[in-house]
Amino acid sequence: MKKIIMNILLVPIFFVLQTAVFGRLSVVGVIPNVLVILVAVMGFMQGDKAALIIGFFCGLLVDIFTFRILGLNALIYSTIGFVTGKFHNTFYPEDFKLPLLVVTGSDIGYSLLMYLLTYLFRSRFHFGFYFLNVCLPELAYTLLVALAIYPLFLLLYRFVIKERVKE
Amino acid sequence: MSPLMPKKKEKFSIPTKYYMLAVIFICMILLGVTFLVDLPSKTTNSVVGYTIVPLQKGVSSVGMFFVQRKEMLVKIADLQKENEALKQEINALNEENIQLKQEKFELVSLRELFELDAQYSDYEKVGARVIAGGTGNWFDSFVIDKGSNDGIEVDMNVLSGAGLCGRVVEVGPNWSRVLSVIDDTSNVSAMVLSTSDRLIVSGDLESMKENHIRFSDLQDDDNSVSVGDKVVTSNISDKFLPGILIGYISSVESDPNNLTKSGYITPAVDFYHLNVVLVVKEKKQTTGEK
Repeated sequence: MKKIIMNILLVPIFFVLQTAVFGRLSVVGVIPNVLVILVAVMGFMQGDKAALIIGFFCGLLVDIFTFRILGLNALIYSTIGFVTGKFHNTFYPEDFKLPLLVVTGSDIGYSLLMYLLTYLFRSRFHFGFYFLNVCLPELAYTLLVALAIYPLFLLLYRFVIKERVKE
Repeated sequence: MSPLMPKKKEKFSIPTKYYMLAVIFICMILLGVTFLVDLPSKTTNSVVGYTIVPLQKGVSSVGMFFVQRKEMLVKIADLQKENEALKQEINALNEENIQLKQEKFELVSLRELFELDAQYSDYEKVGARVIAGGTGNWFDSFVIDKGSNDGIEVDMNVLSGAGLCGRVVEVGPNWSRVLSVIDDTSNVSAMVLSTSDRLIVSGDLESMKENHIRFSDLQDDDNSVSVGDKVVTSNISDKFLPGILIGYISSVESDPNNLTKSGYITPAVDFYHLNVVLVVKEKKQTTGEK
């Protein structure tokens, strides 16, 4: 129950963080993708089912709010949740490297899918440029933010998520 | 994990892959709906308007605090230098101002003569605060804190101090989203102010990284367009009011077809530091619509 409430609260909180805080704190014109961090880390901590649903609602919010193509981001984010959820079995709270690797993979995956689905189809073929100027800076910034907030996720894990295992 | 021998402890539950399939299915339907039907987004807009936007307003003001601190640190040294330069500039400008005032007097009388009142300082405008940026790095739009309750409608033009910023593409009760002219999908019909040659200004992620906007289809047979010329929205644009400044030409070159020219424009608006924008409450009337 606690877990469900936490999940319901986390999605809007991270969405607001993404748009209102990080969306305006751009460094060299690039903003980090904290929603990917949320979905990836939650998949890692709670398994694929929870992350799938979290991802779906995160993506849906993005879609409603930007209203380009309804369902596109929902699909991408829920796929990320589903895939990262597969790493749930190898999750140990002490390990810092693996979650960062998972976030890295997720963010690259997100960038590639966005390029493929929204840019390549409009015949923007200059992939090298987009990779160097959008994907890589976003990845670096996202990783930095992930490093900073991962301890907070661990706290959540210790006090909210883990409880269910004890029962 | 053999399906034939389920462990005793395991409760029966639907495997996640079926959830995934369901989600994919839902998304496909949503995608289809987006492409096939022009979905009336009123309900979703209102939901977002009453839940997320108030949060964003609050958080945005906190976020602005950090943005301002960040900029302050960077800028103190620059500001001192700038102050010196500006003082000198004031003197020069004062002189110029006197001359211009005389010329303006002449202009006003001439304009009355020609009944030209389409200068954009005459449009009714409403100020709005930027409360949220985009959700990613691929598209360039932002959210402002005025919506249909304040009389904002889709396709209204948005200005920022110096020039054209974008247009409203989506309206909720207390928020609306603005697509900026530097967005990769944005195209604006424009003209060079000095020669009235028409051109197309296309936002482009690639050139925006170098602080330019690309333009193309400039017909300039007499080679009279040069670097530094003002580019304004054209009078044949169906979404934008005529005569709004977009920027200054920074480079021109002939296209391979030798008929048209293309190049880059330096925008008049600083898109990375938008805080307050003006929404023009007048829409371009076109004959196509009623």
